[in-house]
Amino acid sequence: MIADSRLRLLLSALVALTLTVLPLPAWADTVRPQFLVLTVLFWSINAPRTGGVAFGFFAGLMLDVFQGPVLGEHALALSLMAYICVREHQRIRSKPAFQQALIVFAALILYEVVLFAIDGWTGHPVTSVLRWVHTVTGALIWPPAAAILAYGAGRRT
Amino acid sequence: MAAFGTGASRPLYGRGGSGFRFTFYAVLSVVAMYLDQRGHYLERVRYVLQAAAYPIQLAVSSPPAAWRWLKDSFATREALQAENTRLRAASRDLELRAMRYEALARENGELRGLRDALPPVADRWLAAEIVTVQVNGLRQRLLLNRGAANGVFKGQAVLDDKGLVGQTTHVGPWSAEVILITDPEHAVPVRVERTGLRTIAVGAGDTASLALPYLPANADIKDGDLLVTSGLGGVFPEGYPVARVTEVHRDAVQPLAQVRAAPLAHIDTDTELMLVWFREDHPAAPKNPVAVSAKPDAVGELKSGNAAIRPQTATHAPAAAAPAASTTPTPAPASAQPPPPTPVPVPAQGPQP
Repeated sequence: MIADSRLRLLLSALVALTLTVLPLPAWADTVRPQFLVLTVLFWSINAPRTGGVAFGFFAGLMLDVFQGPVLGEHALALSLMAYICVREHQRIRSKPAFQQALIVFAALILYEVVLFAIDGWTGHPVTSVLRWVHTVTGALIWPPAAAILAYGAGRRT
Repeated sequence: MAAFGTGASRPLYGRGGSGFRFTFYAVLSVVAMYLDQRGHYLERVRYVLQAAAYPIQLAVSSPPAAWRWLKDSFATREALQAENTRLRAASRDLELRAMRYEALARENGELRGLRDALPPVADRWLAAEIVTVQVNGLRQRLLLNRGAANGVFKGQAVLDDKGLVGQTTHVGPWSAEVILITDPEHAVPVRVERTGLRTIAVGAGDTASLALPYLPANADIKDGDLLVTSGLGGVFPEGYPVARVTEVHRDAVQPLAQVRAAPLAHIDTDTELMLVWFREDHPAAPKNPVAVSAKPDAVGELKSGNAAIRPQTATHAPAAAAPAASTTPTPAPASAQPPPPTPVPVPAQGPQP
C-alpha cells in the first residue's frame, strides 16, 4: 500500500513537473498555475505520511533546476509549505472545497512571498505584478485539481 | 487509508517529527543557496541535476518537434521547390557580399596600418536547436541541445542570423540554458552605431523590446538608430547588431530619456541558433570571455589591472583606434603583435552583420 501510494505520488509529481515546464505562449505562461506546488500541497494535506517535507524539498529542488536563480530557493519555500500543510492537514482536510481553495490561495501567497524575499536577497529582484498572478489561478484550479489527484490516489471518501 | 489513520493507539502524525524534518531541510536549502550564490561551489551539483532534467525537457518538447517533422514530411513538391529557389537566391546574394567582404576586410586592414587584415573575430560556431522556450514577463529563457560535451561554456554569446540573442547561464552536459537579451534580468552594453554613444540595453520582459534607461534627456539618439554591442562587459565582442531604436520619449521634467528598441534577432520564430567562440587575441573580442558572466564578480581584476596593457607612443594610436578598446589606453595587441599568419581571411560561413 505504501509502495503503491509512493508510486502514485511520484507519477503525479512527474506529470505536474511536465505541466510546469511545458512551453506555452507568453500570456498562458503568465496565468499558468504552479502545478507542482499544488501537487505538494495536495499530498501534504491528504497523505502526510508519504508526501511531506522531504517531498516538498525535492520537488522544490527540481523547480530550482528548471527555473530558479539559485539552488535551494524553491526547495526552501516548498518545504515550508509542506511543513505547514502537514501540521494542519486535519484541519484543512475537513473543510469544504471552497474554503480549501481559500487556504490554498493564502498558502500560495506565502510561497510567493518567500520566493520574493529570497529573490531580493540574492540580487535577482523581479518586482512585476505578474509574478502574483499564479496564486489566483492556482486557487481557482484547486478544486478540480484536488478532485483529479484524489481520484488518482484512490482515496475512499 | 491515510485519511483516517489516526486511531487511538497511534499518535497524531505531523505534530512531532515533521518540525525537526522541516528544520533540517530548511537549513539544507539555506546552505545550498549560500554556496550557490557566494562561492559557486554547487556548479557540479547543478551540472548533474541539469543532466537529470534534460530527458524531461526533451520529452516535453517532443510533441511540437514531432508535429514539425510531420509537417515537413508532408510538404508539397511545389513548396519545397519554392523554398529551394529562395534559398539559392539568398545563398547567391551572400556569396556576392562575401566576395566584396574579403576585399573590404583587406582594405580596412591596410587603412588601419596592419600588414594583413585580421581574421574575423568569430573563431568557431556551433548550430544548436532550441529544445524548450520559457517566455513570459518575468523570465525569458531558452534551452539549447548543446552542452559541455560540445565545448559550450557559461557566459557564451548566442546569435542568430540577424543579431544577438543572449548568453548561456547554466551549462549541463548535453544542454545549455540561455538567458535572452530581453529577459528583465539581462543587460547588454551597447553603442549607438551612428554616434558612438555607449549605454546599456536592459531587457523589458517581452520578446519585442529592450529598454535603454540610462540615457540623459539630451542624448543624441533618435528613431531608427542601430545599436551594436560595445565590447564592454566581457561577454559579447564588439560590433554585433543588437537592436534598432523604435521609440524616443523626452519629457521636460524627467532627467532621463525613455528609449525603447526592438531586438533584431527573431527570437519568436527561430528554431536554430548559433553558439559562437571568439578569438581571444582579436582587438574586437570581449576582454575576458570566461571569467566575467552576468554577475560582475571580477572586481579583484579591476583593482589589480591588466599588466599586459601599456601606454603606447602616439604614432600608432590614430591608426589602431578601435572603438572596442576605448576604455583601455590603446588596443595594444592590434598593432604591437603581428597578426596570425593568415594572409587571406577565411570567408565567414557564419552570421555576418
